[in-house]
This record gives sequence, C-alpha cells and structure tokens, in this order.
Amino acid sequence: MLIKRPEPIPGSEITPREVYEDRRRFLRQAAVGGLALAGLGLTGRVTASPAYPSVPASPFSTDEKPNSLHDITHYNNFYELGTGKRDPARFAGHLKPRPWSVAIEGESEKPAVYDIEDFIRPQALEERIYRLRCVEGWSMVIPWVGFPLADVLRQARPTSRAKYVEFTTLHDPKMLPGQRVRVLDWPYVEGLRLDEAMHPLTILAVGLYGDVLPNQNGAPLRLVVPWKYGFKSIKSIVKIRFVEEQPVSSWMAAAPREYGFYSNVNPNVDHPRWSQATERRIGEFLKRDTLMFNGYGEQVAQLYEGMDLRKHF
Amino acid sequence: MRVLRLLKPAVFVLCLVPLGLMVFDGVTGGLGVNPVEAITHRTGDWTLRLLLVTLAMTPLRRLSGWGWPLRVRRMLGLFSFFYACLHLLTYVWLDQFFDLWAIVEDVIERPFITVGMLAFVGLIPLAVTSTNGMMRRLGRRWKVLHRLVYAVAILGVVHFWWLVKADVREPLLYALILAGLLGYRVVGYVRRLRRARSSRLETGAGA
Repeated sequence: MLIKRPEPIPGSEITPREVYEDRRRFLRQAAVGGLALAGLGLTGRVTASPAYPSVPASPFSTDEKPNSLHDITHYNNFYELGTGKRDPARFAGHLKPRPWSVAIEGESEKPAVYDIEDFIRPQALEERIYRLRCVEGWSMVIPWVGFPLADVLRQARPTSRAKYVEFTTLHDPKMLPGQRVRVLDWPYVEGLRLDEAMHPLTILAVGLYGDVLPNQNGAPLRLVVPWKYGFKSIKSIVKIRFVEEQPVSSWMAAAPREYGFYSNVNPNVDHPRWSQATERRIGEFLKRDTLMFNGYGEQVAQLYEGMDLRKHF
Repeated sequence: MRVLRLLKPAVFVLCLVPLGLMVFDGVTGGLGVNPVEAITHRTGDWTLRLLLVTLAMTPLRRLSGWGWPLRVRRMLGLFSFFYACLHLLTYVWLDQFFDLWAIVEDVIERPFITVGMLAFVGLIPLAVTSTNGMMRRLGRRWKVLHRLVYAVAILGVVHFWWLVKADVREPLLYALILAGLLGYRVVGYVRRLRRARSSRLETGAGA
C-alpha cells in the first residue's frame, strides 16, 4: 500500500526552545512596536504573536516527541462539532470562545461566575507535555498550556459534603452545531472524584503549543486528565460543580456497559467491543503496548488502592 | 448496441475509481492524520456500497424492464468481494501486522469483528462459484447457494452498526437501503406463493 509519510524531522532541524522563544518574544515586541507606530484604529488581538510564548515547562512533562500542531488540530473527537474526525476542524469557526463565563457552584463556600479572562489571569500557567490515549485505540503527545485544577478548586473552598466534581460543556447548538443531532444527551457532562480532581497531574488547559487553545481542541477551557481515556477530558467548559453523589457522565448514560465512571487507561480491561492492550501512536506505523494508567501509574496508582479496576472500569 | 458493449468496461473502470482515489490520497497525504484507519474505513465502505448496488440490480431490472442490470451484476458482486479482500488485508497487515494471536482473539471476543469475518467467509463461495462453468455445473443449486448473499449483506450492516460508538446515522442509512432491497424480494416471494396457492385451489375446485 502506498502511504507516503513526511520524512521525520532530524533533531538538527528543530529550533531549540530558547531560540524560538526568543524569536517569539522578538515578534511580540515587534508587533507591539508596530501597533504603537500604527497608532489609533487598530483593535483586536495581534494574531502574529502567540498568547503564551514563554510559560515555564513543568516537571510533569514527558520527554516524548509531541505530535505536530496539524495532527493535534485535525484529528479530534469533539462530537459537538461533528462526529467525524475531521469535522471539528471544519466546523471550529462556529464556536466563539470569547466572551465566555465559567460558573463554580454546588458544595462550595465561594460559588461564583467568572469571566474567562478573570478566571485565567491569576493562574500560574505552565507547559505540560502529556500523552493522550483515546478509548478508540490511538494516542498522541500534546504540549498543553494550563494550570492545576486543584488551584481553582482550593480557592472555591469545597464544603465537607463535596465528594465529586462535575463538569459541563457549553450547550448552544449555534456555536456547537453537532448538538442539533442527539447523538449524546447534551450537554456533555463529565466527572471526577475530588481526590482525582485535586491531583497535581489534573489540569485545566487554555493553550496548545504556546498559543491559545484552538476551538476544535475545546476552547477556551478544557480539562486534561492524562491517565484516563481522552473522553474524560471534557472540552469547552462552562460549569464546574462540587457534588456529593457520583456524577453520571454522558458516555455512562449512553452506554453504561461500555463506559464506566473511572475510565482509567487500563490495558488489562478491554472495552467490550475492542481490545485496549495496544494503541497506535499517531504518526507511527506499528502499534505499541498501552501502559497502565497511560504510563502515569507511579503518580496515580495510589488513588485506586484496594479497588477492583475490572469492576470500577 | 455499441453502448451496451461499452457497459462492462465502463462499470469496471468505475468500480476502480475508489481504489484510485485512495492511492492518490495516500501519495498526496489526503488520507489524513490516521491513514491506516482511513484505508480501513474506505475499503469497508465500498465493500458494503457495492454489495448493496449488486443487490439492487435484480429489482432494477424488474421495475425498469432494462436488461443491462443483470449483465453487470456479477462484476459488481466481484468488486464488492475485491474491496472486502482489501479491507481484510488492511486489518491483517496494516492494523494487526500479522499478529495471528491478536486476530484470533479479536474474532472470538469482539462481536463486530466476528460478524465481519463471517460475512467475508460467506462471500468466498459466492466468488468461487461466480463463473459460467460453475453456474452450469451447480444448476438449480447455484441459485440456492447464492441466496447466501442476503445473510452476508445483513452481517455486513451489523458489522458496521456495532463498530460505531454513538452516531448510528450512517449504518442506519445502509440498514434502511438493505431493508428495502430485501423487502422487495419478500413481497415478491409472498405474491408468488399466494398466486401458486390460489391457482392450486382453482384447479382443485375444478376436479
């Protein structure tokens, strides 16, 4: 079969981080300078400069080679923008990630509704290069920009009744045209146990490759839980709610036999319809073995001590 | 009549277009981010589409009175088998990379692969007995054997239905078309049965 793949980029061709960051800084300064020169009449954002040019790298990052921006933005499961893998990129323009508000509610001492800018501004952004394993059997490596979810949750002061956190995606068929078809029970809902949500690996992402999060990847705010299957990492969040009872996620409601609440990456527990033992890393030809907890077992295995992961899949 | 002479070569070329497009896309990067998945889906789609087109030839001939649908029916059926072979080869080679154990496990444990494999196995005797010589040799039994195609088509649609996660709109479309094609035959069968019975009753009354 004729499959032409681009030649792998030799290491010598890759611009070192310091150099490209420097370049971006220069571009930004040049753009700002240009703006100043242009004077009045220029509104809106400067698209030439990335939004997060120099966020610090996190020690939680993997040193595996990230997938290209093109791969990450043209192969998405975001049913609200269509069920085909290329649909989200095609229909991304419908989604307007600004203005946007995020509500923190439920069992919290400080419930509030934030404008997205006010929500992000106080957070210490960092780059987190994580593996992402989709329940369908493929995986990628993605350089997110985000901050620990725990920082937000702690600030909201959950009450003693808060045992779980429930997340909800925007419900607006105009911006998310996939919601006109009832493939799932909209809006999309996901949930985590409070200790999972507070875990340092769990982040809210607002960017990708040093820039603003593309719409098809869940702009303006999405969850990233790298040791769980991708569908747990809910996109375009408008509501974060502390609850006492275990939330019912959209996929649990759609097919309870196939999708459990935990949905931890687990090569030993198959999806009823396909094996989870191996995965195809996008860009690679041969499949590789899937790792327990997607390779994050050292950090997260203790969350599930004593639990039968076959039962709590 | 010259048009009819061109019919078979034209259908032949037309049936190769999906393969040509796939090769073209493969060379130019048009298969997207996950080429193996794209090839698997496209070869599967065309197996099912050509199978439904094949099954549409008999009703088309009856309803229109044209003779040509029957002249290309065999070729269409064989092309469906051709794409089924490519589909299976993609799975065995590109997807599982000849990992025999993984394939056996898949066929046993995963219903959508089980029915897919059954459908493929069902196509083999149909392809093997598609020659004129075989038709002659099998005589009346040929027709009985080739009714297997109905089961294969149902298994094919089920295979598609069971592999999608939530959005069943596309397999539903295939299922509706298949239901129409099979329904047409059921209606015809019931009518013939009723006619035979009433004519038997008439001759009985006369005796």
